[in-house]
Amino acid sequence: MSGIPHDHYEPNSRIEKWVDSRLPIIGLLYDTLMIPTPKNLNWMWIWGIVLTFCLALQIITGIVLVMHYTPHVDLAFSSIEHIMRNVNGGYMIRYLHMNGASLFFLAVYAHIFRSLYYGSYKAPREITWIIGMLIYLLMMATAFMGYVLPWGQMSFWGATVITGLFGAIPFVGEAIQTWLLGGPAVDNATLNRFFSLHYLLPFVIAGLVIVHIWAFHTTGNNNPTGVEVRRGSKAEAEKDTLPFWPYFVIKDLFALAVIMVVFWAVVGFMPNYLGHPDNYIEANALATPAHIVPEWYFLPFYAILRAFTDDVWVVQIASFVTGGIIDAKFFGVLAMFGSIAIMALAPWLDTSSVRSGRYRPSFKWWFWLLVIDFFVLMWVGAMPAEEPYSSISLIATTYWFAYFLVILPLLGVLEKPLQQPDTIEEDFNVHYGKANGGAEATPAE
Amino acid sequence: MFRKLAITTATAIALIPAASFAAGGSEGHIENIQFSFDGPFGKFDQNQLQRGLQIYTEVCAACHGLKYVPLRTLADSDGVGLPEDQMRAYAEQNFEIFDPELDDYRAAKPTDHFPANDGAGAPDLSMMAKARAGFHGPYGLGLNQLFKGMGGAEYIAALLNGYTGEEKEEAGTILYENTAFPGGWISMSPPLSDELVEFADGHANDLHHLSEDVAAFLMWAAEPQMMARKQSGLVGVLFLALLSVLLYATNKRLWASVKGKKTT
Repeated sequence: MSGIPHDHYEPNSRIEKWVDSRLPIIGLLYDTLMIPTPKNLNWMWIWGIVLTFCLALQIITGIVLVMHYTPHVDLAFSSIEHIMRNVNGGYMIRYLHMNGASLFFLAVYAHIFRSLYYGSYKAPREITWIIGMLIYLLMMATAFMGYVLPWGQMSFWGATVITGLFGAIPFVGEAIQTWLLGGPAVDNATLNRFFSLHYLLPFVIAGLVIVHIWAFHTTGNNNPTGVEVRRGSKAEAEKDTLPFWPYFVIKDLFALAVIMVVFWAVVGFMPNYLGHPDNYIEANALATPAHIVPEWYFLPFYAILRAFTDDVWVVQIASFVTGGIIDAKFFGVLAMFGSIAIMALAPWLDTSSVRSGRYRPSFKWWFWLLVIDFFVLMWVGAMPAEEPYSSISLIATTYWFAYFLVILPLLGVLEKPLQQPDTIEEDFNVHYGKANGGAEATPAE
Repeated sequence: MFRKLAITTATAIALIPAASFAAGGSEGHIENIQFSFDGPFGKFDQNQLQRGLQIYTEVCAACHGLKYVPLRTLADSDGVGLPEDQMRAYAEQNFEIFDPELDDYRAAKPTDHFPANDGAGAPDLSMMAKARAGFHGPYGLGLNQLFKGMGGAEYIAALLNGYTGEEKEEAGTILYENTAFPGGWISMSPPLSDELVEFADGHANDLHHLSEDVAAFLMWAAEPQMMARKQSGLVGVLFLALLSVLLYATNKRLWASVKGKKTT
């Protein structure tokens, strides 16, 4: 599977040969697990394992929850309380699932920003990046629909606001919104289809994760230097890499265990920390909560959605040019989806031939500004839509778009990159020195 | 590499405030109360919960339901902890349940829930202590949840204590001024007062104590599994920490042959 030369699986026993000639699955698993991995990977390369773990955690806890949950507007809220009070260990399973979503998004943001810093999205890894973005979009859809299922106040009103976005599409918006909801408003039909899709999409994500892994196993991992593994011969490649098992499996599991300590503490000691108190009130179509706020992981994009109001000049121009077809609301929707779309286009917007931000002196500053910008957007997304927050969100939104549309293309031309190491081995030796006594790295005994 | 780890940690910490912003705000000012169940090691005070149950039964139950709480859970040992027979007697003596099979009312059994009560238009109290966040500090970080809880019980106690005595009439309803209630005016008349409820053991029964006791009881009603959850949390954290140490050592040893000494 990998383009990096390495030892392949050889069936030895008769049984192995029998299986291998019919279904080469052992070889596939062997090659996947033993993939040559750049040996200089740092701690930002652990998030893939964390994300895989999160997906498994969410699917397993989710399947158990479904055994006790009832997707009906009259029963959903009380079936959650049934899980919390009567099902053995149900409170733990539900809190794991609730907070698992937050860990999932924390990890995916770390994973995405890692890729943005080290240029992991650049050729030849564009397809890995695009599939990653699709996974991220599906995660958002899944999380959003999952949040509706407890049928609390925030579930109901969040669903009303977000599906209302589709209503902003000119001409066909209202029809689309009605079609999505299964009726004129969020009701039983909506709850049922969200439940169905919330169960389906994680498996679609799992499928895409396999393709994601397949894609980067073909190109090989990126690494902190952004320099490619030498592929001239197996011996050469082995100077730059170590097999994934056991070196990176153990390293990643260590990182995962540390993260799990924190995660478990949150679940055990403050499981409602990231939730909203209003969701312990049953959905009521007649009582609107004082502030409708999405979950923390949606806040940056919620801020972009709300940034564009009627008095912003780009909105006025867009409205004038299109004869009023694009109004402020629709503009906001376009901006929100656009902010993710331009991120997906980063491989083609970034003109620099240097992959890793480590060797790009000016890029570094703009990148960290983008990270700060992300947190600023998250902060204003939680604030009421009034001054000074509207101005701040407009400025922060502008920077988000400018980073991808202006700064990335220009930097490639203007910036003078630093000297990159010739090989991964060179970079590794600078950090850790040559191996003692020339002990060759061998796969686990 | 630990610089990157530090950055990761910083990222994680920086994400935390967003959660507290998301928690919204109530306008009233709520003071923290040192409840026995606060913090990772906090436990419910069984006597306090039993007093709270008595207050709920004698006062609150007149208007408020507790429909998600099964009566049998009153016998749970890490909650209110009534002895089995007392719990049965409590259910039988205090509540009548409409039984569709009999087509009539009958005395409540342990398998029944506390009855719903929406006659007076009063909200159900089952999850009240989780449906209100009393405070978000420090600096809106909300991190005090770890040590002080989310403030729902504090909100309830503050509300019961927060009547100023002012009244006004609006659209035929009498509203009472309350410093803890968002908006400042609540339609519930002051439910508790000094010495309204007498305890068998002669425990202090001024308004201040009564409101704390009933708030603690409602925290239990909202989160009856809190003790078990904290227990799981503690055991899990200890074992995962041990696992982390073992994996750290394994990782260190595994990589030792690959990593030499620094050449620079």
